[in-house]
Amino acid sequence: MTATSTPASNRPAGAIRHGSSIGQPLTRRDGPLKVTGQARFSADNLPPGTLHAALCVARIARGRVTGLDVAAAEAHPGVVAVMRPGHAPALAKDPDAKDGPFTFRLDLLQNDRVRYANQPIAVVIAETLEAATEGARLLAPTYAAETPRIGLDSGEAFTPDSVGVGAPPVETDGDVEAGLAAASKTIAATYETPAQYHNAMEPHAAVASWDGDRLTLLMPTQALAMSQARLAGLFGIRPEDIHIDSPYLGGGFGSKGVPAGPQVLACMAAKLVGRPVKLVPTRTQMYGPMGHRGPTRQTIRLGADAAGKLTALDHHIRTASSSFDDFFEPAGRATSTLYASPAIAIRHEAVRLDTGTPLFMRAPGEATGSVALESALDEMAFALGMDPLEFRLANYAEVEPITGKPFSSKALRDCYRRGAEAFGWAGRPLQPRQTRDRDGFLVGTGMGTATFPALIFEGMARAEIRADGTGTVELGAIDMGQGSWTALAQIAADGLGIGMDALTFRMGSSDLPNAGIAGGSGHTATAGGAIHAAAADVIRQLAELATNDPASPLYGAGNAGVTAADGRLTRRDDPGRSESVTDILKRAGRASIEGQGKAGADPAAQASYAMHAHGAVFAEVKVDPDLGQIRVSRLTGAFAAGRVINPRLVQSQYYGGMIWGLSFALHERAEMDPRTGRFLNDNLAEYHVPVNADVPAMEAILVHEDDAVVNALGVKGVGEIGITGTVGAIANAVWHATGVRVREMPITLDKLLG
Amino acid sequence: MTIPLRLTLNGQPREIALDDPRVTLLDLLRERLGLTGAKKGCDRGQCGACTVLVDGRRINSCLTLAASLDGAEVLTIEGLAEGDRLHPVQAAFIAHDGFQCGFCTPGQIMSAVGLIREGHAGTDPERIREGMSGNLCRCGAYAGILEAVEDAAGQAEHREDAA
Amino acid sequence: MRTFDYIRPASVPEAVAAGQVPGTAFLAAGTNLVDLMKGGVATPERVVDITRLPGLSSIERLPDGATRIGTLVRNSDLAHDAMFEKTYPMVAEALLAGASAQLRNAATVGGNLMQRTRCPFFTDAVSPCNKRAPGSGCAALGHATRIHAVQGWSEHCIATHPSDFCVPLAALDAVVEIAGPDGAREVPLTAFHHLPGDHPERETELQPGELITGLRLPPEAASFRGHARYLKVRDRTSYAFAVVSAAAALTLEAGGRIGQARLALGGLALKPWRVAEAEAALSGQAPSPEAFAKAAAAALAGAKPTGEANAFKIELARRVAIRALTQAAAGTPARIPALPASPFGIV
Repeated sequence: MTATSTPASNRPAGAIRHGSSIGQPLTRRDGPLKVTGQARFSADNLPPGTLHAALCVARIARGRVTGLDVAAAEAHPGVVAVMRPGHAPALAKDPDAKDGPFTFRLDLLQNDRVRYANQPIAVVIAETLEAATEGARLLAPTYAAETPRIGLDSGEAFTPDSVGVGAPPVETDGDVEAGLAAASKTIAATYETPAQYHNAMEPHAAVASWDGDRLTLLMPTQALAMSQARLAGLFGIRPEDIHIDSPYLGGGFGSKGVPAGPQVLACMAAKLVGRPVKLVPTRTQMYGPMGHRGPTRQTIRLGADAAGKLTALDHHIRTASSSFDDFFEPAGRATSTLYASPAIAIRHEAVRLDTGTPLFMRAPGEATGSVALESALDEMAFALGMDPLEFRLANYAEVEPITGKPFSSKALRDCYRRGAEAFGWAGRPLQPRQTRDRDGFLVGTGMGTATFPALIFEGMARAEIRADGTGTVELGAIDMGQGSWTALAQIAADGLGIGMDALTFRMGSSDLPNAGIAGGSGHTATAGGAIHAAAADVIRQLAELATNDPASPLYGAGNAGVTAADGRLTRRDDPGRSESVTDILKRAGRASIEGQGKAGADPAAQASYAMHAHGAVFAEVKVDPDLGQIRVSRLTGAFAAGRVINPRLVQSQYYGGMIWGLSFALHERAEMDPRTGRFLNDNLAEYHVPVNADVPAMEAILVHEDDAVVNALGVKGVGEIGITGTVGAIANAVWHATGVRVREMPITLDKLLG
Repeated sequence: MTIPLRLTLNGQPREIALDDPRVTLLDLLRERLGLTGAKKGCDRGQCGACTVLVDGRRINSCLTLAASLDGAEVLTIEGLAEGDRLHPVQAAFIAHDGFQCGFCTPGQIMSAVGLIREGHAGTDPERIREGMSGNLCRCGAYAGILEAVEDAAGQAEHREDAA
Repeated sequence: MRTFDYIRPASVPEAVAAGQVPGTAFLAAGTNLVDLMKGGVATPERVVDITRLPGLSSIERLPDGATRIGTLVRNSDLAHDAMFEKTYPMVAEALLAGASAQLRNAATVGGNLMQRTRCPFFTDAVSPCNKRAPGSGCAALGHATRIHAVQGWSEHCIATHPSDFCVPLAALDAVVEIAGPDGAREVPLTAFHHLPGDHPERETELQPGELITGLRLPPEAASFRGHARYLKVRDRTSYAFAVVSAAAALTLEAGGRIGQARLALGGLALKPWRVAEAEAALSGQAPSPEAFAKAAAAALAGAKPTGEANAFKIELARRVAIRALTQAAAGTPARIPALPASPFGIV
């Protein structure tokens, strides 16, 4: 056997800036732990004395539980307790009380009411997982079932107060009817997207233990401080008495943004039995109390003049929330920012269904909305006899439509150009069903524009530099796969001007400064911004020591200032004059300097600028002409999202998003029996997400974009944008291959049989 | 009543008094032996996160009753590296960014090790894609997974040629 | 999962004896049984572990040209057995198109035959289902999905059988070898699985306590080796059950006319769907689109959807049958395609 070294990845390295960490394609710092099985996810913990808990969930969607065979469960060997309404720890707060847009109503065994299928109705706690699981089965609930309301045609539609998190349900600009009347071509089409479930590979586990009124909770969450606050309210204790560890998330995608009911039930169960309790919901139990992407039916009307300029853009959305809480898929959001039109109207309406409450799911709103918008654009381009890319360029928004704000940066034209070049878009026939490959498959290509807002939340961080030249940065940031352990450490090292090997970086615990929610593609901006500020605070203090000390070569640098790199401060105006951190601190008699930093939205910038990431996605599909089976054969995306912290991780985020787009276009759909409100596919065998063989050769191009406005780091976020253009690109490619326009997602083979 | 169970686990002989015939290999590893590398993503053979090698073959440990494995040799992700030296498949997953959240990763890696041992896919990307399709990755790291397995399979072929 | 007594017999007779007790299930790999036990669909009081029984794990070519496969042979071992793959290529292709590599490494030949339906109203353990709870009704009837039957169903059950493996086995007249309290007996695979009729709970020919010991492919099954394909249309490229599948096998005579033809369809009914008229229509014909269309039409005769959601399967099955026959006529590829049985499995 000869030793061979691992060849370097053949992925593009990106622009490496020597002497700094930011911009370098470092491999994941948590990689060695994750490939050896040593990374400890929440459910991998089993503190001494831990009992196992299993959920019993409702198999009706609406009604009441009339009976539970508690005796049978309790008689099962190993069962310790059956937690149920009337036999559960009291809560300090009604879990149905709302105190903000991120407080969702939870089903915590407060009564016998059933509001959706798979709602928890009891928890069995036992010495072993096997006993708990069987105990839950033995409860054999009986019900008084009522007719459930399932499907977008159930019930009266109404206009919600807001969609998404606080967005307006109705936005209009100009006169759409007049625009349509003046158009030389109009189209109107209705698109449907189904309910989808996040299906993070890791279930919403929780290992809870109480010490008096102090709670230790090992659970995956995208928002440590928000989870603390929610639990503190429910249990009537102080947030600081709740310690949450969440070092690794096995995917979140929005579903771990707020504590799920079963995670709270684990805390209640631990309180009930006075021992640590571990509760891991089954895959099926995740279809209900963990949120989902709400279904939509969207009608788009477009008008265009003879030159291919839009005269009107009308987007009507019907979506659904649960019978008892509010989350309305904001499917019109992309329409308000993407294309220039003298008249735009966006209207959301909704019905209430007997399902769990929908929630933000990777690119909430933009993903669903852009399916309809990008398909409609494609339909209009064809009606006009224009190339779909040319048509989009003809309607390029130089300023944000409706608001009229300039973009803080928008390299979308570069994305179109570079994506089209890499994909080989030029020369594509306008007519569908023109191309077959040598094996006889129909081949089609399609494209879509990608967009996602550049969000930032409030976050804080703490930084320290020490006389030995090492530093520490810590904050309650979260890695759910996007690479925070690595990218945020790169920002931290650069901020302190030290190498990665001299940095101790801590995150993933609620004991650390609140770094906000890891969501909305805003975590790098938020947590990274806070780190940047905290490190700058340290460097400022350090510089003060040096520049005021006549013994320092930096003495008197004054307004010219200093820069930090390689463990030294250097005069900006004279790189020949520098001093090491060690020398500065030693002379000052200091062991270390600590700094704090904050990040958050800049209201002035938000008032003046529209801030979004953009991209262009090109897809090629092959379709069996007789059997309808579809395979995506190529996917190329070009994205501009401000500054790139780590090109390797960014590329993976784009790939992941594009695969989600593929999944949306071809696979995902939760099916319910309208008679009972029960799922027909609440498992991973029948609810399809793509497997390896579904995923083609992919390319993600990182388009350069400078943005001095969006935030301190100039980053825009990359986690969600990949989905948005991809679904439409694939749907358009399927049409181009077959001539069949499928407007109901997912596009399955039966819809192409003709 | 306990069921006596003899296993060779990551190279070490183990004698286990199984407390319950219902225990799956996955729950034996995770809840009784402290080997939590294999993950429970579905518990129904639908995701592959629990993949381990039994007698050299990759299987879903969630659907295997531990009691039925008396005398078997079990290799989990914890037994793959030699000390600090990563197995080539592990190293390739890092080099090619073959994971994001890392939850499905132990299963993906054990599956890739099994795939390479089976010897039917070689370095053919399409055969690797097909052969790795029993391991779902919701983050969408399939491009990196494919690259990693191609790389490791190529190294394995190279080692065989050199041997 | 319900508690059970775990029994590990040392021999087939011991296993059969243990299987006599009502409430007993035989456990091989468990890829289906353990899943159903976790779902509360199967609730055996006794589980008889047959995985260590001697003599059930070999693949033997018999002197008469038949092949006997022990019931405990793992799916992947059978598919990759050099003799087997060469002699029965469409069976190997079907095996490799099923489930995932992990499941194929575990699942056994006998277990594959014993797979239960994936009808969601059966697997949810609560809906009315005549298979799971005889007499309770059929919840699927009012809400058929794309997985439900279009052939051979009854007003008591519209489930389908999920196996790929069984489809080419049916086409090749495989025989199921069974051990029981009264000794050994054989049942043709085509008669092994029952259509639902009035008794959907009677799923197979097996009587309580009887154990599948092996499968036999008769000598003539080898004669199709040069012209045999399995084609499986799926909702995802891999790791998915068939929407519709077909096993097609031909012998071509000098002059190119079809000698014998075999055609079985999967995904349509509670058993592989094989129609004698369809095969007879091909015998003596030159392979041609017209001849294949005629055979496919015969195979789909009498098909009737059970809901709007599965009506498409009839036309799809017709096209899948034609494609599989066309591929079979073109000849078995030298190597099983990278994507076995896939329309995209171009060699």
